[in-house]
Amino acid sequence: MSSISIFFTFFFYFSVLIFITGLSYKIVQYWNTPAPLKIPIAPAPLTKPGVLLRLAKEVFLFATLFKSSKWTWLFGWSFHLALVLLFFRHLVYFWPGEIPLILLKTEPLKYAAYPLIFGLLGLLGRRIFVDRVRYISAPSDYLMLLLIFLIGASGMVMTFANNHPNMLLVKNFAEGLITFNWSELPSEVIFLAHIAPVFFLIAIFPISKLLHGPGIFFSPTLNQVDNARKKRHISKWAMQKEKNTKIDLEQNQDEGG
Amino acid sequence: MPNNSIEKLPTYLEIPPIKKNSMAGKGPFKASIDIQKDLGFPGEKVDNWQQIAIDKIAETKSKYRSVQVFLDSCMKCGVCTDKCHYYLGTADPKNMPVARQDLFRSVYRRHFTFAGKYFPKLVGAKDFDEDMLDDWYNYFHQCSQCRRCAVFCPIGIDTAEISMAAREVMNVIGVGQKYPNQILGKINKIGNNLGMPEPALRDTLADLEEEIEEETGASVKLPLDIKNSEILMVTPSADFFAEPHIDGLIGYAKVFHQSGISWTLSSYASEAANFGMFIGNYDVMRQGALRIRKAALDLNVKRVVVGECGHAWRVAYSFWNTLTGLGSGGSDEYSLKLQNQLDSNYPQPQHMIEFTYDLIQRDKLSFDKSRNDHRVVTFHDSCNVARGSNMGDIENGQFILPREVIKAACNNFSDMHKSTIKSATFCCGGGGGLLTDDLIDLRIKGAMPRMHALKQSEQDNGVNTLAAICAICKSQFSKVLPNYDFDPYMIVSVHQLVSDAIILTKDSET
Repeated sequence: MSSISIFFTFFFYFSVLIFITGLSYKIVQYWNTPAPLKIPIAPAPLTKPGVLLRLAKEVFLFATLFKSSKWTWLFGWSFHLALVLLFFRHLVYFWPGEIPLILLKTEPLKYAAYPLIFGLLGLLGRRIFVDRVRYISAPSDYLMLLLIFLIGASGMVMTFANNHPNMLLVKNFAEGLITFNWSELPSEVIFLAHIAPVFFLIAIFPISKLLHGPGIFFSPTLNQVDNARKKRHISKWAMQKEKNTKIDLEQNQDEGG
Repeated sequence: MPNNSIEKLPTYLEIPPIKKNSMAGKGPFKASIDIQKDLGFPGEKVDNWQQIAIDKIAETKSKYRSVQVFLDSCMKCGVCTDKCHYYLGTADPKNMPVARQDLFRSVYRRHFTFAGKYFPKLVGAKDFDEDMLDDWYNYFHQCSQCRRCAVFCPIGIDTAEISMAAREVMNVIGVGQKYPNQILGKINKIGNNLGMPEPALRDTLADLEEEIEEETGASVKLPLDIKNSEILMVTPSADFFAEPHIDGLIGYAKVFHQSGISWTLSSYASEAANFGMFIGNYDVMRQGALRIRKAALDLNVKRVVVGECGHAWRVAYSFWNTLTGLGSGGSDEYSLKLQNQLDSNYPQPQHMIEFTYDLIQRDKLSFDKSRNDHRVVTFHDSCNVARGSNMGDIENGQFILPREVIKAACNNFSDMHKSTIKSATFCCGGGGGLLTDDLIDLRIKGAMPRMHALKQSEQDNGVNTLAAICAICKSQFSKVLPNYDFDPYMIVSVHQLVSDAIILTKDSET
């Protein structure tokens, strides 16, 4: 194998390793951190199915974002939806062995690249031109958008401008990563520019703001049922504290009347 | 301060371009050594404050999932930036919710994250130095913890949680705010925020009884410390002396009078407000809640009802059961005793609005609505009720019930613009421990979005009365309404409207 192939093979496993360990660590951390008080935010569901519906609306439709800013919703939602569609479009490369029929029919999903770029440019424009958003943006916020832009743009150049690398090599490389049956990757710069930022983003997922992905499921304002009066909600540490402090209700008894 | 100058309201509520440092400053008065020590905090800023603060941040984020998740999950989309009334009113970018959180987040990143430790500039991580602490003190006391930003955040990030955590961290290093901490000292010693002792309270209530009898001919009682009453009424102490609050208290008394249900106030727990929430301290908040539990036990009541107070209702509705086991599920002996004692046919605690609404639904109250015909009423949803509680255990009950009570007592009701009410309500500008004269400039500016909506209602629908169910809102509006060319007396308690229209039974056969 060429040294470039070896590098990218290592890069992939390194990124996936950080992704899995880092993300597991964060999820376990969120899971184990108690939410001592009921803090659902209005409009708060009163039942568990209500909470599930709320989360589903947030995750699939970005309902709150729609309420907050129509433009940001348009850019953000089309960008995320495009990411999901393009993920499915790429499964075919990684699928080991016989490819299911459904994955062979994903070709039209390639057009999701357009809403991806549209959304990214919108989000980037907002960050640059709206003074409030510019104020809150750190270099990493721009960098993140640029990296994904680079992924999208390089992908489009390969797909729509007839610059396909050798697809057999791509398939063998991608499938090889999954089956530990490593092989050469196409060494065109455009292809490397496509996968390098992907691997990089996988690696930084658990140590960056990309944590908003798992974060939304753990957000107590969104995932709590508004039923504090009916059902006692108490954290372990608060319960421990309750047991350890003796409350003397007898003092001031005479004031009772 | 500019109490005599009239603030100009824009025709349209515009999002101002950012004006850096327009609200820079030293922040509100700091708590004295004695005040801090009363609450168990260091009297003055400790020498190794930075280390203690970092340790406290570590502890807080390990005890509060909200803090940990919110610090990690912001993707800086910026949709909250135009949602804060303090930003709209001051244009200081550090009053944008995300920028306010970032004061905390940048320190978190610097000290707790890989990227912040090794690439601070890249991710906007900053050291917790003196300048940063000054910014914390200044800007975390320009947040009324109203949670409007959280309603609009796609991840549900609630700046109030961050602001509470920040104030807790500052208290632990000995940098506390005078106003809430002084008040908390009073409630712990005397039982209410005013430091009003039992004899003074008894006198006040007796005077009120006289006043009501003179005015109406009915002998409406305001009982204090009467054992074995059906209901313990816990209300913000402002209801005992402040205008327009006191007319609300009279309203509760009249409703109880008509209901025929016995009730009592408690001199031991003569305060519903719980500023422990504002400073983000679980223990202090719990102490306040335990006083009420004790009063309920001592007075052997069957029900606990809470008066018109915004954050008090959030604490009562959302937190009391957690803090004290009042209601259900508690396991210590007092909480078990209370569960046996309280009547499980009613929600515990219940809001006064729920109580009155229930009587209205059952046709137990009669009103002469024409007595309120000189009023065109609008309702200000108080943040903590609107965004942190419920009423009636029906979806959006906290918006429906107060309006239904108003409509039962008044013929003319008209809501303000829909983007400024219910879950999107604008804060009065004085909540969250900011209702102090040393912050008057901020309070006036922060009231602007609410005043703007009110002005529109005045122009379009002739609204001349602003009803609220929060002691802080009422005090704040009384103060800032004149700054926007309104009559300061246009702010009323919802139960004042009830009080004015209710038809009283004069022979006290109940």
